[in-house]
Amino acid sequence: MRWLRRNLVGIIGILVLVYLFVPIAVVIALSFNKPAGKFNISWNQFSADAWTNLCGVPGVCSSFVTSIQIGIISTLIATVMGTLIAFALVRYRFRGRSTTNLLIFLPMATPEVVMGSSLLALFLNLRFPLGAVTVAIAHIMFIISFVVVTVKARLQGMDPRLEEAARDLYASPRATFRYVTFPLVLPGIIGAALLGFSLSFDDFIISFFNAGTLVTFPIFIWGAAQRGIPPQVNALATIVFLAALAIVLIAQVVSYRRRRALQGA
Amino acid sequence: MGARPVEDLHLVSLTKAFGDMVAVDDLTLTIPAGSFFALLGASGCGKTTTLRMIAGLEDPTSGSIRIGEQDVTGLKAYRRPVNTVFQSYALFPHLDIFENVAFGLRRRRVKNIKPKVNAMLELVQLGPMARRKPSQLSGGQQQRVAVARALINEPDVLLLDEPLGALDLKLRRQMQIELKRIQTEVGTTFVHVTHDQEEAMTMADTVAVMNAGRIEQLGHPAEIYELPRSAFVANFLGQSNLIEGQRQDDGDMVTVVAHGVAFRLLRSRNAAAGGSVIVGVRPEKITVVDAADAARVPDGHNQVAGTVTDVSYSGVSTQYLIRARWGQELIVFEQNVIVGDRCDVGDEVVMHWAPEHSFGLDGSQDVYAGVEPAVLELEAAQ
Repeated sequence: MRWLRRNLVGIIGILVLVYLFVPIAVVIALSFNKPAGKFNISWNQFSADAWTNLCGVPGVCSSFVTSIQIGIISTLIATVMGTLIAFALVRYRFRGRSTTNLLIFLPMATPEVVMGSSLLALFLNLRFPLGAVTVAIAHIMFIISFVVVTVKARLQGMDPRLEEAARDLYASPRATFRYVTFPLVLPGIIGAALLGFSLSFDDFIISFFNAGTLVTFPIFIWGAAQRGIPPQVNALATIVFLAALAIVLIAQVVSYRRRRALQGA
Repeated sequence: MGARPVEDLHLVSLTKAFGDMVAVDDLTLTIPAGSFFALLGASGCGKTTTLRMIAGLEDPTSGSIRIGEQDVTGLKAYRRPVNTVFQSYALFPHLDIFENVAFGLRRRRVKNIKPKVNAMLELVQLGPMARRKPSQLSGGQQQRVAVARALINEPDVLLLDEPLGALDLKLRRQMQIELKRIQTEVGTTFVHVTHDQEEAMTMADTVAVMNAGRIEQLGHPAEIYELPRSAFVANFLGQSNLIEGQRQDDGDMVTVVAHGVAFRLLRSRNAAAGGSVIVGVRPEKITVVDAADAARVPDGHNQVAGTVTDVSYSGVSTQYLIRARWGQELIVFEQNVIVGDRCDVGDEVVMHWAPEHSFGLDGSQDVYAGVEPAVLELEAAQ
């Protein structure tokens, strides 16, 4: 009893971690399964087929590539636009500034079902052909909000004296931006872009409404789920998971090194 | 360094208003080339605004700024031959020390930067730190980087905005001497903004005491300290005993009667034009004797009888608070050179000082102008 009391926090901690990681472990494990029937649900037999023949199932790789392409393009556009909006909102006083501040939050607050169906209605009314372009437009729309919020926070946290110091040291407005403001805001922009990409890659509801005949990776999985998800999907999901893990680890290592360098001083 | 002749800095009728609030009010001032000039004042007196206008970071509402014959009033900050050491330094956190110092030279596309930066880092004794980031340096080191980063551009005027404010007391003393050494070495005009009167007096050749957007008094530190011309200066720069009275008669000396006591002061040391005069005397000019020894007071000295209410011993000197008959408490500093008894609380004493040490101020002023608010609260509580 006493033992339990002393270790309660640790036990709960481990249980929560199990809760978080079991689903991921299942996904990874099943990527090495050879399904007995249609559904890749219960463990049958070890096989590396899904890994050696990653694109073995028609449509799986092309949908994966489509999602990555749409993710990159919409993230790029949204990051550029969102960064510019954040600068405008922080640096300039203009009519409608506070309204804009409020409206920027709207896409984040709107339920995706509502946004997806409204966009579909809009595109249909405009007789705009559904496909990669409409999906990208939709993604850019909701990524922008996240970029604006992140970059704005970074800009507001910046010491205004740094830019004054640059001006004092013969930097024209352009040079001040290039050598001081931009490098200082860059970490915020990169963070916003990574978040934007993962939101885009992950999005199902809004994409589904506006994709037409286009098949993104989430749409492919949803379709496949009706007939039985091939282990290749698990393998690709594992790759995405590992990539995300790598990014987090790199960030950790970099900040650890930086901290150690500081302490060494 | 210093190949170019440095030139005087002229501020002419400089005014800056933020809405209804006038921060700097019709300021006219010439700062001689190569001098170490201190703008001293409490926060909100307009000293930082003045500095920012000289730097070009703030546009004056009216008036002009000239360096030698060149009018720089309309010149953008990045085109002015003026550099600033910012309060809390504003070093670029993403650049190392070398690049911080090289920043100004790079923006002006100066060739062969490396030896210049290294020489400058040597001047401020930071040679080995070139590749560190600002956050890896101590406060004192960061301060020296800020000075190096500004000085390397060989500005006509170097502006220092409370440069030592973020440092602890001991380091501050050290940096005061260090800054003075650097200034002597490079010969550039330094304009130093501070609220610390001791810092201003120890470092600067000329001190300007600012209050409410105007300069109250300007001169060599000793000159201002010995002969303040307003109650604000008397209280803000060091401490003063100020006694309100009425002018009686004018012979060689001006006699002022206050609370039934006559005080004498030199005509040349009286700034009051009218009949009501504030008589002032610095605390260290007063000598205290026991009431029984009142006969030992030299002839012609001003004297006030009182009771000791507080004694605080601080090593070099002892500070007494002595209540005069009319209730006002006077401060006296006494050097601890006398062997034997000091006065105790409750002792009846006589304070006296030579007439040459009195100064007269215009009686229409508030005798508490320039006293630190904390001190006023203490007095009110007593």
